Amino acid sequence: MTDKGFVVLDNVAKRWKGQLGVENITLDIEEGSFVALLGPSGCGKSTTLRLIAGLEAADEGHIIIDGKDVTHAPSADRNLSMVFQSYALFPHLSVAENVVFGMKVRRVSKAERAERLARALKITGLEGLEARKPGELSGGQRQRVALARAIVAGKRLCLMDEPLSNLDAKLRASVRKDIKRLQRDLGITVIYVTHDQTEAMSMADKVVLMKSGHIQQVGSPADLYDRPANTFVAEFIGAPPMALIEAPVIGGAASSDILGLRAEHVRLAEPGAGRLTCTVAESEFLGAETLISLSHPGTTGLCVLQPGLAPVEVGTEVSVTFDDRDIHVFDSEGRRREAV
Amino acid sequence: MARSINLDKKQQTIYGWLLLLPAGVLLSLFAFYPAVATFWSSLFSRGTRRRAAEFVGTENYTALFNDPTFWVVVKNNLIYAAATVPISIGIALAMALWANSKIPARGFVRTAYFTPTVLPMIAAANLWLFFYTPDLGLLDQIGGLFGFSSVNWLGRPDTALWAVIIVTIWKEAGFFMIFYLAALQTIPEDLREAANIEGASRWTFTRRIVLPLLMPTTLFIMVNAMINSVKLIDHLFILTKGGPNDASKLILYYIWEMAFAFFDAPAAAATTVIVLVVLCTVAAVQFFMLDRRTHYQ
Ligand SMILES: Nc1ncnc2c1ncn2[C@@H]1O[C@H](COP(=O)(O)OP(=O)(O)OP(=O)(O)O)[C@@H](O)[C@H]1O
Ligand SMILES: [Mg+2]
Repeated sequence: MTDKGFVVLDNVAKRWKGQLGVENITLDIEEGSFVALLGPSGCGKSTTLRLIAGLEAADEGHIIIDGKDVTHAPSADRNLSMVFQSYALFPHLSVAENVVFGMKVRRVSKAERAERLARALKITGLEGLEARKPGELSGGQRQRVALARAIVAGKRLCLMDEPLSNLDAKLRASVRKDIKRLQRDLGITVIYVTHDQTEAMSMADKVVLMKSGHIQQVGSPADLYDRPANTFVAEFIGAPPMALIEAPVIGGAASSDILGLRAEHVRLAEPGAGRLTCTVAESEFLGAETLISLSHPGTTGLCVLQPGLAPVEVGTEVSVTFDDRDIHVFDSEGRRREAV
Repeated sequence: MARSINLDKKQQTIYGWLLLLPAGVLLSLFAFYPAVATFWSSLFSRGTRRRAAEFVGTENYTALFNDPTFWVVVKNNLIYAAATVPISIGIALAMALWANSKIPARGFVRTAYFTPTVLPMIAAANLWLFFYTPDLGLLDQIGGLFGFSSVNWLGRPDTALWAVIIVTIWKEAGFFMIFYLAALQTIPEDLREAANIEGASRWTFTRRIVLPLLMPTTLFIMVNAMINSVKLIDHLFILTKGGPNDASKLILYYIWEMAFAFFDAPAAAATTVIVLVVLCTVAAVQFFMLDRRTHYQ
């Protein structure tokens, strides 16, 4: 295991006075990949990242970066850079001074500092703002300074903790592309924390979905979407999330099973001709399509998508149908059953 | 439209002045008026029963400048300021940095450092009197263990001023530390983490990040320490009474003596005016010169 990945976490755990932070974290990250740590608030994403960065000490397990066991090494020896959620820019230093701070500390020559600074500012589009203090920048610009500071270090591993959470939706989409492009161009490994699944799904080669300090599933975005390992993943990934149906409602599988169904696989049927008759709970116009939420005893999150503006009166009885091959089956514990 | 905005502005202005009024009244009553009155009375001679006070212009000032004691006192106070201001600030900073780091019993350490501040200066002076007393005092007792002979710290012209200086530093450092501690707590932890990841040592982080961010606090403390070096003389009454032979006499004590021991009010007034002018100048210079190089968050 240890000679495989660029970053390897082996059964890592972190607790505070017995209170759980994260547990059983086992990860294998290849060099040059973009890995997203995804999960709801408080699930331990930041803790995992901080363990890798050496800002927290692991209570159990091993952390290996580039073949070296760094479990007990200080941050400085781990050869990585980090973008903080809060940016952590030095408020009294100008943009340029912030970016070159680390190089100064490491005694990089003046000429090289200037050259690398210029390149980092160019990549992040910060030219002309060198002399500004962080307080005189917009949130997006600050974010890019933090990014510039991380890439100027030239480290092969870059950790990012929700770097886009303070930006507005539009800026977020554009910076997202920038980060992805940067990662690909520089060929660096990025571990990226986010609670936004769109971010994770669109940027990452590999998504690590966490809940309450435990990893739920590791896989490509398509894996998580198409083969959720459990009902938590099923309900977390996708907008709208997967609907869960108790097996007896439609019959077929073992009666304690839970069936999962994505909205795009549900079709409206002729009244009485479908497999399930439900009541319309809500109609939501999303632009290209209308999302119709349905309620039926024994189901959660059941809905159907209709193209265009196609509202259905709340309370109407509708009949829906779907194919067996689109059904995901989970056992009573919520774990995925591979064969139906 | 324009008129109502104008009206609004006027109202705002009136509002602003009203808010300033209480402070303005109090300051005028208890600071500006006494200052002007002091200046005015420094221009008159000392009235006696036979001769009423009369206008003498700068005569009181000339007399003061010709008084050798005045120059001794000025020199003492300069030494006093030059020693107490930087040393107490330095110690305060060091203690704050230490008490702010992750050490066991942090709360206890902070309280211990702060204790001298809550003691009244008179009590502190009495405490130190016990340390300094020849033969019986703590210093001599300890010195005696190592075979040193007894020293009359407060009674010798070459040590008296320094003995007083040490008491002041001991008293002030804890107080200034509180300001530094408060300022340190406003520095986010992630700055340290960011610096750590960049490989900055603790010392580099302190020098390049913490100290610059503490500059506004340092400026504030410096002005206060400077003013205190003139203002804080309570302990002189207990420890040395300015002696021996004026060796530990500070300017405010000198003024007090003139006014209430020798009843020479005009001379005291003249000295007070000089002190006021010097203090205002120092404060103004500090604020305007250092302010430009200080980063405020
Ligand atoms: N310093 C700490 N002391 C005690 N508990 C902590 C500490 N830091 C984190 N925790 C706990 O560990 C758990 C995981 O926290 P973490 O910060 O990793 O969550 P997160 O996934 O990053 O959440 P968010 O999306 O809100 O940032 C939480 O339950 C939190 O309360
Ligand atoms: Mg977090």
